Amino acid sequence: MDETALQRDFDATIDADDRIEPRDWMPDAYRQTLIRQIAQHAHSEIIGMQPEGNWITRAPSLKRKAILMAKVQDEAGHGLYLYSAAETLGVSRDELLDKLHTGRQRYSSIFNYPTITWADMGAIGWLVDGAAIMNQVPLCRCSYGPYARAMIRICKEESFHQRQGFELLLTLSNGTAEQKAMAQDAVNRWWWPSLMMFGPPDSESTHSEQSMRWGIKRFSNDELRQRFVDASVPQAEILGLTLPDPQLRFNSETGHYEYGDIDWSEFKRILAGDGPCNAQRMAHRVKAHTDGAWVREAAAAYADKRAAREEGAA
Amino acid sequence: MIPLATYALRLGDDALVLTQRLSEWSSRAPELEEDVALTNIGLDLLGQARVLLSYAGELEGEGRTEDDLAYLRDEREFTNVQLVEQPNGDFGVTIARQLLFSVYQLLVYGDLRASSDPTLAAVAGKAVKEVAYHVDHAEQWTRRLGDGTEESHDRMQAGIDAMWPFVAELFESDDLVAELAAAGVAVDPASVQAEWDRRVDAVLADATLTRPTPTWRARGGRSGVHSEHMGFLLAEMQHLHRSHPGATW
Repeated sequence: MDETALQRDFDATIDADDRIEPRDWMPDAYRQTLIRQIAQHAHSEIIGMQPEGNWITRAPSLKRKAILMAKVQDEAGHGLYLYSAAETLGVSRDELLDKLHTGRQRYSSIFNYPTITWADMGAIGWLVDGAAIMNQVPLCRCSYGPYARAMIRICKEESFHQRQGFELLLTLSNGTAEQKAMAQDAVNRWWWPSLMMFGPPDSESTHSEQSMRWGIKRFSNDELRQRFVDASVPQAEILGLTLPDPQLRFNSETGHYEYGDIDWSEFKRILAGDGPCNAQRMAHRVKAHTDGAWVREAAAAYADKRAAREEGAA
Repeated sequence: MIPLATYALRLGDDALVLTQRLSEWSSRAPELEEDVALTNIGLDLLGQARVLLSYAGELEGEGRTEDDLAYLRDEREFTNVQLVEQPNGDFGVTIARQLLFSVYQLLVYGDLRASSDPTLAAVAGKAVKEVAYHVDHAEQWTRRLGDGTEESHDRMQAGIDAMWPFVAELFESDDLVAELAAAGVAVDPASVQAEWDRRVDAVLADATLTRPTPTWRARGGRSGVHSEHMGFLLAEMQHLHRSHPGATW
């Protein structure tokens, strides 16, 4: 089949809302867009282990320690599924990790903020995982089959994490005055960065239109951000915590909450590498990888030796 | 504490302190699969610790919960063996510690399934399945590292050498354990030493590693005498809980 016919089949699959599978022909730009997006998502999962892993050894009860360990472990698992999904597009995990380690691929900027109190574990679960779910649920219907299927499992686990985060904050909010203040402080610090997780406003979003056409993206950044705000305001009321936006108000005509201006200069600065933890996160990640090189080499050498012995025995 | 509570606490403290060490690996493992595996092992141990600490508190009858025992005891009241509190070192040290401890724990839990105390028997019945996986994981890595590259062989041998002084303490008995063992409640660790030697020696030989010659030996963990590392481990683990007396988390 010539390329025109292949393209026609591809377009028909997309238009019918069917799935593209690894062996199907796909335009190179579609493949590259998916690799970039899935890799960024995978990198975000494994970098995201750091700010939460930061509190595992200090978790204030054994139950919370178990929950947090399991959560960070889930993130490693999500990284594994996503690197595997990317591999179906013809790129190896090693290549993608190398791009992360050399700054050629990104991870979500939200993880460049520090986790300075225990309450940050609750705020991350409630707000950051909450925003991630808003972004990710539509991806369960993404046009690329392996990504869509990975996202179904990831979203189930993320929604569990979000409820755990909410429950953690609720416990703090109903606790001592110090605990409640800790919870409020965490929400104050994480609210605006969470709104930035949906990406730049629609008027400035560079990749959106083509991704919508390809069925990779289903809703615009601003639509998803609005849904997140609408869902979060009543939850904050249940928590007995305020959101740090004096302009937040319900518009009875539109049925939505209006919110204040987002500081996009902060977003751009951190995206460009100039945030509180950018250098720290990368150094931690590269050190783990470098320190583990001899272990990975040993595993490969041992596997080769065994294969050679089995061959010799056969 | 009554002897049975003290015994449950010893088993629980071993598991809790090793969990604390393993959880330090989070986001630092040589590959993602190992990050998942080490956390998994830590979570199994934490589950064991929680049941055992809660049981010790119940037996004591003074209303102490798992968290009271984990967060509000001082270093001299912790009864774990010194092996589990040793710092992670490199991956070779961690695997060496896992091998030496997991084989011990497997054999103790294996026999403890026959305990006349139904709670301990039930804990052991569940834990022995988990620990069988921990042993498998440690044995496989010991072989890979020992018989991998020259560098990995040297690092694995160094790990075994560094952890070896903490082995003898695993098998030490005292009056408390001896009496509970005679009553069919506890396992006298000395009774599993021969099988431990056989199993560990086999793995070391397979991995082209040498069994170290004994030098000094650590002792005292069961009576609350620990290495210098323990104070820092507890400081990190307990500080937040202790900073908010009486708070619920």
